Amino acid sequence: MTTTTDIHTPDFLRGDEFSIPTFRLLRQDGTLHEGAEAPALDREQALRIYRTMVATRVLDERMMAAQRQGRLSFYMQCTGEEAAVIGAAAALDDADMIMSQYREQGALVYRGFSYDEFMNQLFGNELDYGKGRQMPIHYGSRKLHFMTVSSPLATQIPQATGYAYGQKLAGEGHCTIVFFGEGAASEGDFHAALNMAAVHEVPVIFFCRNNGYAISTPSIEQFAADGVAPRAFGYRMHVIRVDGNDILAVLSATRKARRIAVEENKPVLIEAMTYRLAAHSSSDDPSGYRSKKEEEAWREKDPLLRMQHWLAAREWWSEEEEKALQESLRREVLETMKRAEKRPPPPLDSLVTDVYADVTPALQRQLDHLKTHIRQYPEAYPRGARSLDPDVKPRDDASDADNRGGE
Amino acid sequence: MPNMNMLQAINSALDIAMAEDDKVLCFGEDVGIFGGVFRATSHLQEKYGRARCFNTPLVEQGIIGFANGLAAQGSVPVAEIQFADYIFPAFDQIVNETAKFRYRSGDLFNVGGLTIRAPYGGGIAGGLYHSQSPEAYFAHTPGLKVVVPRNPYQAKGLLLAAIRDPDPVLFFEPKRLYRASTGEVPEEDYQLPIGEAEVTREGTDVTVLGWGAQMEVIERAVELAEKEGISCEVIDLRTILPWDEDSVVESVLKTGRLVITHEAPLTGGFAGEIAATVQERCFLYLESPIARVTGLDTPFPLTLEKEYLPDHLKIFEAIKASAAF
Repeated sequence: MTTTTDIHTPDFLRGDEFSIPTFRLLRQDGTLHEGAEAPALDREQALRIYRTMVATRVLDERMMAAQRQGRLSFYMQCTGEEAAVIGAAAALDDADMIMSQYREQGALVYRGFSYDEFMNQLFGNELDYGKGRQMPIHYGSRKLHFMTVSSPLATQIPQATGYAYGQKLAGEGHCTIVFFGEGAASEGDFHAALNMAAVHEVPVIFFCRNNGYAISTPSIEQFAADGVAPRAFGYRMHVIRVDGNDILAVLSATRKARRIAVEENKPVLIEAMTYRLAAHSSSDDPSGYRSKKEEEAWREKDPLLRMQHWLAAREWWSEEEEKALQESLRREVLETMKRAEKRPPPPLDSLVTDVYADVTPALQRQLDHLKTHIRQYPEAYPRGARSLDPDVKPRDDASDADNRGGE
Repeated sequence: MPNMNMLQAINSALDIAMAEDDKVLCFGEDVGIFGGVFRATSHLQEKYGRARCFNTPLVEQGIIGFANGLAAQGSVPVAEIQFADYIFPAFDQIVNETAKFRYRSGDLFNVGGLTIRAPYGGGIAGGLYHSQSPEAYFAHTPGLKVVVPRNPYQAKGLLLAAIRDPDPVLFFEPKRLYRASTGEVPEEDYQLPIGEAEVTREGTDVTVLGWGAQMEVIERAVELAEKEGISCEVIDLRTILPWDEDSVVESVLKTGRLVITHEAPLTGGFAGEIAATVQERCFLYLESPIARVTGLDTPFPLTLEKEYLPDHLKIFEAIKASAAF
């Protein structure tokens, strides 16, 4: 519906009358901004959040190192954006659906996805829920209500609108949060999703991680407007911009967004201003498009340190605890990585299952034909051959990990 | 048994599916109170409410993205794309998302509840953008099922099967026949099998294969051929993906000749796939080259539509040439 008043001179509007503020609670030194009030957060949840942030940081550091050693084909870090992702996850009910882009592993850690589960996916072994079909970092967990990651950007956004519409009809008081970057917000799917969510009054939280870059493209070359937030006005949607490195602000904003979504059946857009401290992925080198100085300036705003300072001021966390946690997590990463590397790949038959609910006759014929071929040249297809003959010695254990880098 | 046209049959199928299961939702552009531009969803909003049958904004990629999410959540969406010509903004959602949802998640999540309905095909003076037959694009995508009914009875039974099928189904409806094709259709619930072709006429000399609106055209061609003493076996493929190789091969092993027809252009059309498979499996039994009678390799024309379309005379000539080879 359009509501309007008349004017009689051709005065154009630019939207500059909307100035979008940034919601902040916590300073970098762990003290609150003047007039700011911390959200209700007991010690237990605060430590769950903080431990999740550290566990995510440690996982990312170790797995990027493993990728550099050639043990893993590909990796993507959440580094610098932990407060945005984990703060949002912590504001939800654990049964709310999370649809991520690909850099939100912190939300999975928060929900209880174990390092073993991460590793099985990263190494695509027989225990990977995704059956070794997707590149590393494409996690998913039905029991944790975390939709399996899909590489195409922004496709998850209208899906979140649909998923949340179903939740609304089901009437169980759940919502969906969908994460995406400021680059993905340029895709048509973004606009389709927000418009449909507003029109159909859907309980969905659109969470934009504005981390400054889409691979190498800075946000200034992504949009001319003041970020992503003003687009919400075009859809008549609640919107807030929040300091994405401020765990308390993200938590507080997302909690309120969830109330609007679930209690009023209204979608909400959150734009979290943050920075991707790491490269886009293991295949990227940021030195080609941004300065060390810029990176250093953002390192000063590290969201983990900020929360650590806040916890320390409350005497909820100590240096000894920090050290012990880091050491135990590092040890766990190495142990779980070794376990996952040694596990065999999924069986050959998994090549053709799940295309359809049942394997079609034509596909079964193709698989049979492939098996005949592999039996002829088993040494050329060691992964497939081993599931034809259980006695074939595993070749792809840790001892030949060096040869696996490019796979 | 009542007489229905294809739209009434489709409407009846949707009505039955929505009455049976609260999770079935129908939506798309203009499908709400208006009942769709062709009226396939007439009265569904009145009966089942605005939450379950509704208009969407005009955004195909959004409609299918939304439908994917709903299906993943456990709902049973029946999304309408107003014309198959306008399905392409949703191509990414269909090809990269719908088709791969189950596979990429290792069956943690699936969108098997999804059915996408779209009117397809020419013969209605629709020109480039209200006439296309895009089945071959989707037939190249493992994970999708592609179904095309030929008459009202088939439309109702196949649509009910599509809605209940555990995999996502693209359901292309021959809009030229929406009102032109009428026949006896049971009022009650019934299903016809997906993935199975149907022999609609038995014969011995030439197998003639098609789907959807072409079946009526084939019937006219075959009547001409029979008058010339050529016995034709007619097969309605019904499901384009995954297609019923065995039924087609069985027929060609008997007749030794195959004519395939579709409205879509020749190059890259689904007839090529069928021809390749049949020559592999029937090589020593073939008595003549497999013939394709299709649209030309042009965009769909307007004033010269009749010349473009693979009509009964072109099929008749192909049957004669095949028999005389």
